[in-house]
Amino acid sequence: MVSNFGFGALVITLVVSIYGIFAAVYGARKNSLAWVESARKAMLLTFPLISLVALSIIFLLVNGDYQVQYVYNVTSSTMPMYLKVTALWGGQAGSLIFWSWLLASFASAVTLRKWQRDREFLPWVIVVSLVTLVFFVGMSIFIENPFVRFWQTAGGSEAVAMFQPTGATPLVPFDGRGLNPLLRHPGMVIHPPMLYLGFVSFVIPFAFAIAALITGRTDDRWIRVTRRWALVAWLFLSLGLVLGSRWAYDVLGWGGYWAWDPVEIAAFMPWLSGTAFLHSVMIQEKRGLFKRWNMILIILTYSLVIFGTFLTRSGVLSSVHAFSQSAIGPLFFGYIGVTFAISLALLLQRWNALRSEGEMHSLLSREALFLLNNLLFMGILVVCFWGVLFPLISELFTGQKVTVGPPFYERSTGPLFAGLLLLMGVAPLSAWGHSTVKTLGKAMWKPFVVSLAIPILAYVLGVRHFAALLAFWLCAFVALITLYEYYRGVAARMRRSEENVFIALWNLASRNRRRYGGYIIHIGVVLMALGIIGIELFQTETQGTIPPGGQMALGDYTITFDKLDIFDTADGRNVARAVVSVERDGKYLGQLYPRRDYYYDSQQPMTIPGVRSTMEDDLYVLLVDWEPISSTGVTFKIYHNPLVNWLWFGGFVFIFGTLVASWPDKDPETVRVRSAKRKLSPSEVQSAD
Amino acid sequence: MALTESSVKPAPRNRAKFFIGGLLIIAAIVYLIFTSTQASAQYFLTVDELNQKGVDVNGREIRVSGAVVGSTIQYDAQNLKLTFEVAHVPGDNADIEAQGGLAEVLHQAVIDPTRSRIKVEYNGVMPDLLRDEAQAIMTGRMNENGVFVAQELLLKCPTKYEEAVPAQAEGG
Repeated sequence: MVSNFGFGALVITLVVSIYGIFAAVYGARKNSLAWVESARKAMLLTFPLISLVALSIIFLLVNGDYQVQYVYNVTSSTMPMYLKVTALWGGQAGSLIFWSWLLASFASAVTLRKWQRDREFLPWVIVVSLVTLVFFVGMSIFIENPFVRFWQTAGGSEAVAMFQPTGATPLVPFDGRGLNPLLRHPGMVIHPPMLYLGFVSFVIPFAFAIAALITGRTDDRWIRVTRRWALVAWLFLSLGLVLGSRWAYDVLGWGGYWAWDPVEIAAFMPWLSGTAFLHSVMIQEKRGLFKRWNMILIILTYSLVIFGTFLTRSGVLSSVHAFSQSAIGPLFFGYIGVTFAISLALLLQRWNALRSEGEMHSLLSREALFLLNNLLFMGILVVCFWGVLFPLISELFTGQKVTVGPPFYERSTGPLFAGLLLLMGVAPLSAWGHSTVKTLGKAMWKPFVVSLAIPILAYVLGVRHFAALLAFWLCAFVALITLYEYYRGVAARMRRSEENVFIALWNLASRNRRRYGGYIIHIGVVLMALGIIGIELFQTETQGTIPPGGQMALGDYTITFDKLDIFDTADGRNVARAVVSVERDGKYLGQLYPRRDYYYDSQQPMTIPGVRSTMEDDLYVLLVDWEPISSTGVTFKIYHNPLVNWLWFGGFVFIFGTLVASWPDKDPETVRVRSAKRKLSPSEVQSAD
Repeated sequence: MALTESSVKPAPRNRAKFFIGGLLIIAAIVYLIFTSTQASAQYFLTVDELNQKGVDVNGREIRVSGAVVGSTIQYDAQNLKLTFEVAHVPGDNADIEAQGGLAEVLHQAVIDPTRSRIKVEYNGVMPDLLRDEAQAIMTGRMNENGVFVAQELLLKCPTKYEEAVPAQAEGG
């Protein structure tokens, strides 16, 4: 009943969306406001329609209607309510609906804005949003239908179908199979929606970019309208990536947070092109350069978003994320290919109209350094792309499948990341238009000299790893310059308007939130870099089997195995939980509880580490094998991860900075006027001095 | 991609230096990718291919994929030494689909005694997903005894979550 209702709503969504596309194109062609308005209504209607579809699925999930295949696959009666609801995105069919729902809500929100100043964009924004929506809804209806049910046919066999085959009776399993235990984690409840929010939000800037190309309105209006969308998209994508790493660190039990898994890379690639885009649009706004490049970046980001959705859900690549497999691959590739080709064709048609308004003069000017930043981000993107596609390429040319692993990515992206860090330090001090080694050196030498103290201190403390010393210096340099920038801004305000420190800081940041929010993001990146240096270069590990009362040592730490408890829980798990005491240099620090959960329904064990976490380091203890408990004892694996907490802490700072930069202004128009004026003022460095 | 940057037109006398600067950076990136690929490329082989190549691959880092034969799993929990055998499965996705999907292919590989197999040795914690008819994707080297010594072990169990029709429903 509810299945039929939900499926009906899904079909109506498809019909309404297709109508909307035609109405919008016709309205734009004939210059008919009535048709465009009709298309807008169609766009708005898709939101309640898909909401009904999503609610139907949630209703089925919560009520445990196991006749529905999707419900059977992702829930079971022992799962808590919040997991049943969020199982909406626990499998592929539901994820696609969730994606469509997000897209419909964002696109509807966009069509509700005031359109006076850019009326001509509206029909094309609707077309792009609806074409994307039609693709996803069509896929849900024809290939990944979340409402198909089990039937017992007259012949006695089982069938899976949307509608009752003649003579068949409903087949209702007693219980579902339940969500994969690895996914039953609070982090997993919010990590996919965050990534999806990020993915879907990037559709909106893309829609405006295409609208600008079609209408020939190739000034930077499309960028100004969608600047906040791009930032919000980027915020969610970053949040999704950080949450995913944290989940891996907490649940997967291998002592790491990032494995250069193809699916991780698939989510990382749109982030890279999106980051490049966020930086280079500033140059278009301020100097009228990079117009074609920005178009290319947003088109690329859109394609990568679709590619990312596809990779995370298709299981084409061998990966820990491949929880689902399906035949939707060729369709996704087809869609990406067609939209990419059409977008490029539109871009070529406007190629001459997108000429730069100005010129670049100096290799050290702010805009040149932004260009370098873009090159480095694109470099990392190419590395990722090459790594993912290399098996296919090599098979094509040599007939032999050759793959590359994490060492490839670490080796080739390491110098590029280091280059980006260095740029983060240098670029804020360079002037727009013209900078020389002399002016830059004058602005930079003080923080440079002070920052040398950090690697020297590290050397004195016994760090001999050259890459680590270099990386520590880079972090110190960037942090100092960024704080110095804040200091100069605040000091200037305090002098000029006699504000106290806090008011000056507040006013400084709120007058130019993108800039100062951006600096907070840079500080966040530096802190995350500290954590990454710590775990990548200084991680140590050991493993061994010890009897109750026995001890194991790693570095300064000693753990004592106190006891092991084995018990069943109400939600269908068998838990083996060890208690270990941790000492450091003979001083007792507390107890840890590494454990292993065995899920009866899916027969899958899961290893949860016991972690003692401080800003200095993490002691990460895994319970490896608990069965031969009596005489032989228990096997533990211990990781010592120095500084890793700075990664998560930096993540918070990073997200906070993005919030500062993207928080809605009271009146966007006045901000625009101000930033337009800024273009005329001399370099920001000079004005701040 | 990055070459489109030349569309940002600097003054003619400047153009050369931007062009050279850009080229240098692109060359550096290409160099990084090229050398890193050479340093860390691994052959991805099926069990059949590995057996055919034999001595050729001794000492080279390779990746192998195969179906875990459950009855051969032996785990020495004290020394963290794990040994098992994997049976040949086709490496091509289209082949796998044609033979009824990954779950079916893995099942057939394990029950078919004529399939070629290799012995695998792994030092470390027994992974949670290692069980009969799981797909193992392993990175490591062949040793002189013809045993594949895996450094990394990745496992997939398609049967668990991708069954079309519920088995337990038959009674109800």
